[in-house]
Amino acid sequence: MKPTDIKDPEYFHKVVDCQYACPAHTPVPEYIRLIAAERYDDAYMINWESNVFPGVLGRTCDRPCEPACRRGRVEEEPVAICRLKRVAADNKGDVKNRMPQGPFSSNGKKIALIGGGPASLTVARDLAPLGYEIDLYDEWNKGGGMMRTQIPAFRLPEEVLDEEVNYVLDLGIHTHFNHYVESMKNMLTKDYDAIFVGTGAPKGRDLKLPGRESADAHIHIGIEWLAGVAFEHISKVGKKVIVLGGGNTAMDCCRTSRRIGGQDVRVVVRSPFKDMKASPWEIEDAQREDIPILNNMPPKEFVVENGKLKGVLFGHVRAEYDDNGKRKLIPTGEPDTFIEADDVIIAIGQDNAFPWIEKDIGIDFGKWDIPVVDRDTFQSTLPKVFFGGDAAFGPENVITAVAHGHAAAVSIDLYCQNKNLKDRPDPMTNLISQKMGIHEWMYDSGVVDDLRYAVPHEEKKLSLSDRKIEVELGFDKALGFKEAQRCLNCDVQTVFNTSRCIECDACMDVCPTSCITFTNNGEESDLRSRLMAPANDTSQDLYISDILPTERIMVKDENVCLHCGLCAERCPTAAWDMQQFFYNVTKASSGCLVAE
Amino acid sequence: MSFHKPTFAHPELPINKVGYRKKDYEGVISTLCAGCGHDSISASIVQACYEIDLEPHKLAKMSGIGCSSKTPAYFLSNSHGFNSVHGRMPSVTTGANLANKDLTYLGVSGDGDSASIGMGQFVHVARRNLNMTYILMNNGCYGLTKGQDSATADLGSISKSGSENPFQGIDLVGLALELGASFVARSFSGDKSQLVPLIKAALAHPGFAFIDVISPCVTFNNNKGSTKSYDYVRQHIEATSEFDFVPKEQPIKVEYSEGTGKSVTLFDGSTIYLDKLSNNWDPTDRYSAINRIQEGKKKGEIVTGLLYINPESQELHKLLNTVDTPLNKLTEKDLYPGDGILDRINDTFR
Repeated sequence: MKPTDIKDPEYFHKVVDCQYACPAHTPVPEYIRLIAAERYDDAYMINWESNVFPGVLGRTCDRPCEPACRRGRVEEEPVAICRLKRVAADNKGDVKNRMPQGPFSSNGKKIALIGGGPASLTVARDLAPLGYEIDLYDEWNKGGGMMRTQIPAFRLPEEVLDEEVNYVLDLGIHTHFNHYVESMKNMLTKDYDAIFVGTGAPKGRDLKLPGRESADAHIHIGIEWLAGVAFEHISKVGKKVIVLGGGNTAMDCCRTSRRIGGQDVRVVVRSPFKDMKASPWEIEDAQREDIPILNNMPPKEFVVENGKLKGVLFGHVRAEYDDNGKRKLIPTGEPDTFIEADDVIIAIGQDNAFPWIEKDIGIDFGKWDIPVVDRDTFQSTLPKVFFGGDAAFGPENVITAVAHGHAAAVSIDLYCQNKNLKDRPDPMTNLISQKMGIHEWMYDSGVVDDLRYAVPHEEKKLSLSDRKIEVELGFDKALGFKEAQRCLNCDVQTVFNTSRCIECDACMDVCPTSCITFTNNGEESDLRSRLMAPANDTSQDLYISDILPTERIMVKDENVCLHCGLCAERCPTAAWDMQQFFYNVTKASSGCLVAE
Repeated sequence: MSFHKPTFAHPELPINKVGYRKKDYEGVISTLCAGCGHDSISASIVQACYEIDLEPHKLAKMSGIGCSSKTPAYFLSNSHGFNSVHGRMPSVTTGANLANKDLTYLGVSGDGDSASIGMGQFVHVARRNLNMTYILMNNGCYGLTKGQDSATADLGSISKSGSENPFQGIDLVGLALELGASFVARSFSGDKSQLVPLIKAALAHPGFAFIDVISPCVTFNNNKGSTKSYDYVRQHIEATSEFDFVPKEQPIKVEYSEGTGKSVTLFDGSTIYLDKLSNNWDPTDRYSAINRIQEGKKKGEIVTGLLYINPESQELHKLLNTVDTPLNKLTEKDLYPGDGILDRINDTFR
């Protein structure tokens, strides 16, 4: 194999599994260390810079970082990264003075953001400080988009959302709330240099079954119903509620029902329990609130008597998977089951909807009414119109919308300067030695054995009594410190210098997880079979040195390296060094683009 | 700061025949200087014991005083151990072995511990063919007291302070051969591919198995002009053969070239393979081994590998014709069979 090029910013980035898995590439280990150091303001600002909504995401993120966490590969559970983010948000002081301070001198460009959700707000946050004049349009009376309409208050208190939305709006954004944009054609006639569409996936899927029409008064579409509750148009639900669907929206619907009158609330999914799309922790939270989840039961009919909904009739199926893992639901032949219900909430998915974009203005749409958008630049087929968030490629999540927002902001900035959108600035990276002494590093290199700490919850009876009482209490400072210490500091990289190595084997001998091998070079599959420990996870790279004096090479399997620094401590010639790698995603606001 | 090793291990570490991972043969973290050759030897001992499926509680690690003699803390934490007086490891091991021959005895010692204060002990344990493995961690200096030349420092070797050694160095390999040791080898801490099979063979050998391991002292004897530095040893090393050890009941995969290869079957059924033998040398012939070493010395080579093995080795218990039961398991009933028997014995002398 060829020696590893550690100058490629993506090599070490990939070693920081959590950051690499995060769509916005938040520097996770860096902020976790700052939390351990009780530097909550600094930890918050690292997050704010990267993901704009630390308080929101610290409660509601889909956490793609956690399944990626290296800790999950050496013990049972990953670091509670998401809930640590909340520790920073909960304990910070006044951080507003550390954010960009307006008024910003104008660069003469004007842009419109349609939709006030996470994607649009990220674009606004990145572009406002560069001098863009920004108009933001939203049909509701406040900003936040789906974070406000679809996430119930017992998971995300309104004041947390308001605070973080306002940090952005206070950068001098002109808001046009209660303003539903009805025509893109009309928007294009205004003097905007660019238009960003971040209108999400606002159309909840319906279920056309017998009885649907006549029982309409008691059948609700999940996301619309949640928005109705959030804006207090809906304040109660019947005692018996059935929620159809197995995603996170279904979990939010059933738990909201429990708080506004639902006593016998059930979730029914048509496929097996294990195929549910909802995050495991959301399912757990629902079950903790006495909500049974029935599986393998597809609904057949809304049963109506005398014009009133009586309940739902369900069939029974079992799942079979073919060799490609494709699922087929096969009726078992058991008799149908009738479940009584006063209300039924349908939460089986949501779609993009652009009834307000005329089809003859140059914006092309592909399958399922999804616009044709460039994956890298977020530009539509009409050059001045950009899409991001759920509006671009279909429903994802908040952190993905933020990542889209950053990238779209870079594109808009380039577009407004008549530059090539594909010629994008590099990410900012840095590599700094952590050495302070023989056994001393600037980071806490010890590896603690603690298992993952559980987040304390509010007492169930109390939290079910009011939909605005937050269920999770969050880690306090002490528990936050302990959980933060579980982080392995994967951003502190093991950097190897071939010319200094005397091949004493000390690093290989001391490595607690047998990551390092000195051996003869070969092809990757051959090398992987000859290492000190099995190296079967090919998604994890091998770090290869130049040829050493004995004709061997150093091979390090990055897979389960604990970043404990023992290789560097036991190296007599400092051929190994522990160096902190910082990776900052390209952003329009990072100053790498200077307006001419 | 890490003065302790993380407890996490690689999650997919293979398990040997007796149910242990290699990690289970490790010790606490070393406090020797970073890069010390001794740590590589410790790692080789761990590797060898794991590979021959030795249960850790069936081994006793014995040592004296010195950097080398600290190392039993850094390997085999689950084995028995005795850290004895300076240079007295051989007699303590002799006592232990006579009391309980069921254990495997692994002694580690340094050049000060063996070639100076413990020289008399070394000589006698070799000549008695005590069933033990004796690993000499040989760095040619007193690392624990700031690197003075030791008795194994070669004539003319230059110390870190710049002085040239005016004395002849003692070669314990030559001495062991003279004294009738039944397994004599030399190796280098920086060459695990040779050292690990040598340790495996030594542990299986019934009798006194001596391995002189050149183990550079990175702090005091890794300088230019030293004959025990990493660089010097790598430039002058001359392996007598390619070497492999196959425990009994393991499929034999080794192929060696005709005419230049040799296999030696040990008492317990294990086999030693030597390939690409140097010329005019038979590892089962003591005198040819002595010649080979002297020849190498003349050419300035450091001759390594298994130099001599006596396949018919009779270890001390055999020579003394002791009973099969370990002596520490003999009860009063065994040792004092009663007046009647004594009378009977006495009658035979009347």
